[in-house]
Amino acid sequence: MNTGQPHLVRDRIDAFPTHQIAGYDVRPGRALPFGAVPVSGGINFSLFSGPATAVSLVLFRRGDAEPVAELPFPDEFRVGGVWSMTVFALDYDNVEYGFRVTGPEHPQLGDRFDSSRILADPYARAMSGHERWGEQPDPNLSYPYRSRLVFDDFDWDGDRPLRLPSEELVVYELHVRGFTRHPSSGVTHPGTYAALVEKIPYLRELGVNCVELMPVFEFDEFENHRWNEDGELLYNYWGYSTVDFFAPKAGYAATGPLGMQCDEFRNLIKEFHKAGIQVVLDVVFNHTAEGNERGPMINFRGLDNRTFYMLTPEGYYYNFSGTGNTLNCNNPVVRDMVLSCLRFWASEYHIDGFRFDLAAVLGRGPDGAPMANPPLLESLAYDPLLRDCLLVAEAWDAGGLYQVGSFPHYFRWSEWNGKYRDTVRSFLKGDLGQVGELATRLVGSPDLYATRGAHSSVNFISCHDGFTLADLFAYTDKHNLANGENNGDGANDNNSWNCGVEGDTDDPEILALRRRQIRNAMSLLLISQGIPMFVAGDEIGRSQSGNNNAYCHDSPLSWLDWSLQEQNADLFRFVRNLIAFRAAHPMLRSRRHPTGSIEDGGSVVSWHGTQVGRPDWSPGSRLLAMSRTGLDADGEPDHVYVATNAHWEWHDLELPELPSGLRWARFVDTTAEAPDDVASVGAEQDLDDQRSIPVGPRSVVILVARPVEPST
Amino acid sequence: MDIQTDHSRSATVVTLSGDLDSRTAPEVQDAVLPLVTDGSRLIIDLSAVPYMSSAGLRTLLLVYRQAQQQHSAVVLVGLAADVRDVLDSTGFLSSFLVCDSMEEADHALSRVGLPQDGAA
Repeated sequence: MNTGQPHLVRDRIDAFPTHQIAGYDVRPGRALPFGAVPVSGGINFSLFSGPATAVSLVLFRRGDAEPVAELPFPDEFRVGGVWSMTVFALDYDNVEYGFRVTGPEHPQLGDRFDSSRILADPYARAMSGHERWGEQPDPNLSYPYRSRLVFDDFDWDGDRPLRLPSEELVVYELHVRGFTRHPSSGVTHPGTYAALVEKIPYLRELGVNCVELMPVFEFDEFENHRWNEDGELLYNYWGYSTVDFFAPKAGYAATGPLGMQCDEFRNLIKEFHKAGIQVVLDVVFNHTAEGNERGPMINFRGLDNRTFYMLTPEGYYYNFSGTGNTLNCNNPVVRDMVLSCLRFWASEYHIDGFRFDLAAVLGRGPDGAPMANPPLLESLAYDPLLRDCLLVAEAWDAGGLYQVGSFPHYFRWSEWNGKYRDTVRSFLKGDLGQVGELATRLVGSPDLYATRGAHSSVNFISCHDGFTLADLFAYTDKHNLANGENNGDGANDNNSWNCGVEGDTDDPEILALRRRQIRNAMSLLLISQGIPMFVAGDEIGRSQSGNNNAYCHDSPLSWLDWSLQEQNADLFRFVRNLIAFRAAHPMLRSRRHPTGSIEDGGSVVSWHGTQVGRPDWSPGSRLLAMSRTGLDADGEPDHVYVATNAHWEWHDLELPELPSGLRWARFVDTTAEAPDDVASVGAEQDLDDQRSIPVGPRSVVILVARPVEPST
Repeated sequence: MDIQTDHSRSATVVTLSGDLDSRTAPEVQDAVLPLVTDGSRLIIDLSAVPYMSSAGLRTLLLVYRQAQQQHSAVVLVGLAADVRDVLDSTGFLSSFLVCDSMEEADHALSRVGLPQDGAA
């Protein structure tokens, strides 16, 4: 019978308690999903532990050192190895929780149960205890990383992931705190998600359409903290060491002390999307913050050590991550956690993609051996919920596995192209024998990604790890003394060159050369096929004083100094115009490598030297030019010419002939001083000489074909 | 939490005094939601609310969403600086009409047109 009113289910027959435990009304919970989620009248807690023999839910009043109650799970609340319980009428705002887990204690077999400890929920949606960056909790606390309840509702206002085609992206890698922490940033709450919202107009002006956030899952900045010789406190600043895979870092939220970090982070993503900017998270699944057998017990170790970590036959930790332990990610249970985690961020936070730190680890089996068909990577590649997410592998690990070009990709994964970085750096500093490989890198590395497409190559010259772009041309050697390890940490194979003097100088020629080299690098990066990426601040010449491993510095060394925006406004304009140029020439970002024909949306590349069609591939060559022909956005033929000279002499380069009615016009000449180094897109300057062009020492020239102006 | 309701003006005024958190949110919700009816005008005076938690904020959002459903209008008045800051950092501020004074709130409400008013 239709009464005119739809029947709404307001109450459920399971919305009442069946038991009372430790003074709390409870009932058997639902096994899935894991973690603590609101259900009718209460909170459903669910925890996995294969070998556990007993589990208790431990409840705290917010901030109290000692628990307020401990609720043992009755055996009838267990399904298989999953313990679940619904607890009614909990005070959402003021509860913290954990678990006490009892199980067999034989480390030689890999078990490390310890019922004297309280474990954090590995699926907790928020963590408290570390909600103010840089404030260390009492180290004697028995339960320092506290799981919290959070509201998971949010007003998205119709927001959804942007689903930009990956080949359209220009990726900007940034550290949430470092981006706005500097006193010059001029924001209300420096170093927070909220502050990042205030800087979105800057990123829009630059023209990037994807930010890659360095780790934002809960980590402990005090992990392995220490003081260097200057008395500076060194932190785990970058955060590549996860404590809670389902929780955004509270210390990055202005509202973290109120437990509203989830709302603040969601708002950041919503605001980025409004500005047309995708959000990619740098995720660290190769290891956890629990370290090796001497590390802290936080969650996995006491839950099911043998399942979650790769262990030697003696029960010790394999260390393919270089940080003490290795997550056993091809175990089906761990794989499920990783998949659940990414699905959670994609669906609950509208995240657009993920970059996987030391992803080669994710292709190793439980014994550490690389697998031919790693189930985790396959699951992620085919997951329906992640279908539109960018998946980027850092295709190597600390155990010596290097898989750039050979990462198990399922035609789905992209890679940080380390070979791109190495080749472009070597070429620019003047190394011999680079021209052939450079050519391959400029057109999307078809030697590595022919079957997958150019968008599988994330091209970068600088990233958080290593020299900034400015330092790449100011320092030949790393200068990491401030890291407190006698300059022993950080990479040595930097392919960097100081242009004549190590570090600071007032020599105008050297400074001019450095400016030019930065522009050369940005020019090559932004005309290369593949997804370009650079690290925050490179567009305004940020330096780290030669430190190529600033992971431990929460100081001006690692913060972005916004006064550079004014100081290096000409470089900002240069990069902004290059990004606009890339946007205006679809062939430069096509996912199809050059096809040899512009039919069917393909493109043509021709290689040149001082003479058209005569590239010098010899080992002694430092000069390469290419012309690209494809179709523009209107389907009309489009021609771009790029010459790059890493030699210290001028060379005159013969120019390819254009179809009648078109003339070469200059977009970039890095030999010229600003503002003549770059034109505005569409206002490129017609060349008087259409037959040849002088290309200066260590420079890049970019030309574009423009229609002949009608004579007046 | 003290909740006062005043119907003597053209808009109903609800004055809250005390922290708005998980302990007080249910009573605020019970008191305020029934006031949001078809075409109603509501001013929530928060000048005596020094602290608002996640649960408290959601209560306000619930009221706001209900108002949208009912084509009625809600204005927040007298946000403490801290409360306003939290609303701002989490992006919720843009969901609300916020005014500094009662007079401003009356004015703002007088400009909120119902669909039949033909106002843009």
